[in-house]
Amino acid sequence: MSFQVLLYQGLVGLSSAMYLWLLSAGLTIVFGVLGVLNFAHGAFFMIGAYLAYTFYGILGFNLAVSIALSLVGTAVIGVLVERFLVKPIMHLDHAFQLLLTFGLVLIFDDLAKAIWGGVFMIPPMPRVFQGAVWILGTPFPIYNLFVIGAGVAVWLLLWLLFEKTWWGRIVRATAADPQMAAALGVDVKRLYTGVFALGVMLAALGGALGTPVRVVAPGMGSFMIVQAFIVTVLGGLGSLTGAFVGALLVGVLSSYGTLLFPTVELALIYLIMAVVLLVRPHGLFGRARA
Amino acid sequence: MKAGPAPQAAATGAARIVYGLALVILLVLPFVSSTYTQYLVIHMMMLAIYALGFNLLFGYTGLLSFGQAAFYGIGAYVCAGILLRYPSLLAGILGGVAAAAAVALIIGLLSVRHTRIYFTMLTLAFGMLVYSVLWKWRAVTGGDDGLVGIPRAPLDFFGLAVIPVRTVTSFYFFVLAVTLVALFVLHRIVHSPFGLSLQGIRDSEVRSQFVGVHVRKHRLLAFIIAGAYAGLAGALLAPLESAVTPVISHWSHSGDAVLVTLLGGVRAFFGPAIGAVLFVVIRELVVRITEYWQLVMGIIVVVLVLGFRGGMAQAVMDGWQRWVVHGLAQRQPPVPAQVQAPAPVGQAQARVERGEEP
Repeated sequence: MSFQVLLYQGLVGLSSAMYLWLLSAGLTIVFGVLGVLNFAHGAFFMIGAYLAYTFYGILGFNLAVSIALSLVGTAVIGVLVERFLVKPIMHLDHAFQLLLTFGLVLIFDDLAKAIWGGVFMIPPMPRVFQGAVWILGTPFPIYNLFVIGAGVAVWLLLWLLFEKTWWGRIVRATAADPQMAAALGVDVKRLYTGVFALGVMLAALGGALGTPVRVVAPGMGSFMIVQAFIVTVLGGLGSLTGAFVGALLVGVLSSYGTLLFPTVELALIYLIMAVVLLVRPHGLFGRARA
Repeated sequence: MKAGPAPQAAATGAARIVYGLALVILLVLPFVSSTYTQYLVIHMMMLAIYALGFNLLFGYTGLLSFGQAAFYGIGAYVCAGILLRYPSLLAGILGGVAAAAAVALIIGLLSVRHTRIYFTMLTLAFGMLVYSVLWKWRAVTGGDDGLVGIPRAPLDFFGLAVIPVRTVTSFYFFVLAVTLVALFVLHRIVHSPFGLSLQGIRDSEVRSQFVGVHVRKHRLLAFIIAGAYAGLAGALLAPLESAVTPVISHWSHSGDAVLVTLLGGVRAFFGPAIGAVLFVVIRELVVRITEYWQLVMGIIVVVLVLGFRGGMAQAVMDGWQRWVVHGLAQRQPPVPAQVQAPAPVGQAQARVERGEEP
């Protein structure tokens, strides 16, 4: 196995880690602020991918425009879900939130099947992203590099948003103590809707970014949500840094896993998760909380 | 969580009549119905075993597992493996149950340290680990083709008696007998001191610890029992279908246990059994109209969680109580139909009350 192959596989792992990171970021933010674990988060990833595919692959829009439209569309669905379904059960046990969002998984999966049908072809890559860049003697597709850049950029933006802006401060205050925040005049309900929309848009971005390289299919959300669960458990629920590191770990490891020991690739990740949780029950970057 | 079964009142006369009637119907059914109906009822009984075990964890102990399909799959595969080599139904079933319980012990050791969301996610992930092993370990499990040609071997009581169960009807009676035994055992477990401790843990982990209940050990034992029940249901599947595929251990099948339990109701012992009947009936009816039966199930789940968290059976019972019983007697306040929100105390206190980790 040459160095080139290993390097290439590492970069492939990095870029696939980014889809996972975007998905997990939304999951962990919504959990951290609303305290709701959204089973249907993977479904929003799927919706984002389908919408982007529809605009880009079928209607022939520009890729950037398609992704933007898909984010808006998914956010609208997300806001409706939050307002009418999640809000009424927020005060209940986590189990009921999982059950409700599990029901949504079933609904969205079948709706996607009904609207878009079976598996799709992958639409052609936009011209800007065609070709490859040579890194240490290894050709590497530009689009994968772009995805890696986008993932890192989102991480920076989220950090700025939560740490440096007024809104971010309010969100963190509300996450810490919603009653106190409400007493200080924060419209907690509206804030929750906003944060839920943000989380859903991150999932949709993960799905939409994959349009020109990954196959869109019903049930892709169900697969991705399990991965995202592993990532967030690894990194620590509610921790953005944890989600980023967890996604990198899972993405890169499964990339090398498929190359070096394809039969136990998945088992390897679960094994790592088990070990991490034995050593650090709340994940790598998690703090003890409910 | 206050969603679990309420302290059980002694079985009333009405309930006894209902149970007796159900038993009579189950015994008479094979003589008056088609093979396909019997086949469906076998599925209902297997699903009932599967979901009743799940509800020991969920309704009674307050742990939501999304990995039960793993134990179902292990029960099915081990039973299939035994039957393909050694044609004894009893050996296959017992082997399947034992293997499922053993794996539940391992996964349980790693999972029950965590509660609530972490527990759910861990069971989901470990369940998918089992799925990926069944799917990839082609030499033993047949990969995505699964194992086929599993014989419906005779029931061999170690040479003392041999009962053939080749036909659907004879297999039906076998499954019925197994289901009754499983129900009886679980009923005893639930009403034993152990079962009461589980409910205590569900309602308040902290208080249970104060009175000296070893919380983790109890949870682990409940997890193993639930795993064994899932394994039993799976072990029955192998000789019924004469084939097993990895799909049965996918997490969406774990979701079926959740759906069934939610349909029937988590608060009554027989809730999941009622849910199993409803689940199969709804699926049979819906697939005749549309292929999108998951959509219908999803809508039912959302409606149940939003409005009828006691389950469909409970909703009907409450409606009966409210409109008929109370309507005929004097107008008493109706029985609360829904799980109540935690009382508005301070968050930290509420958390302790609900037995969360501090």
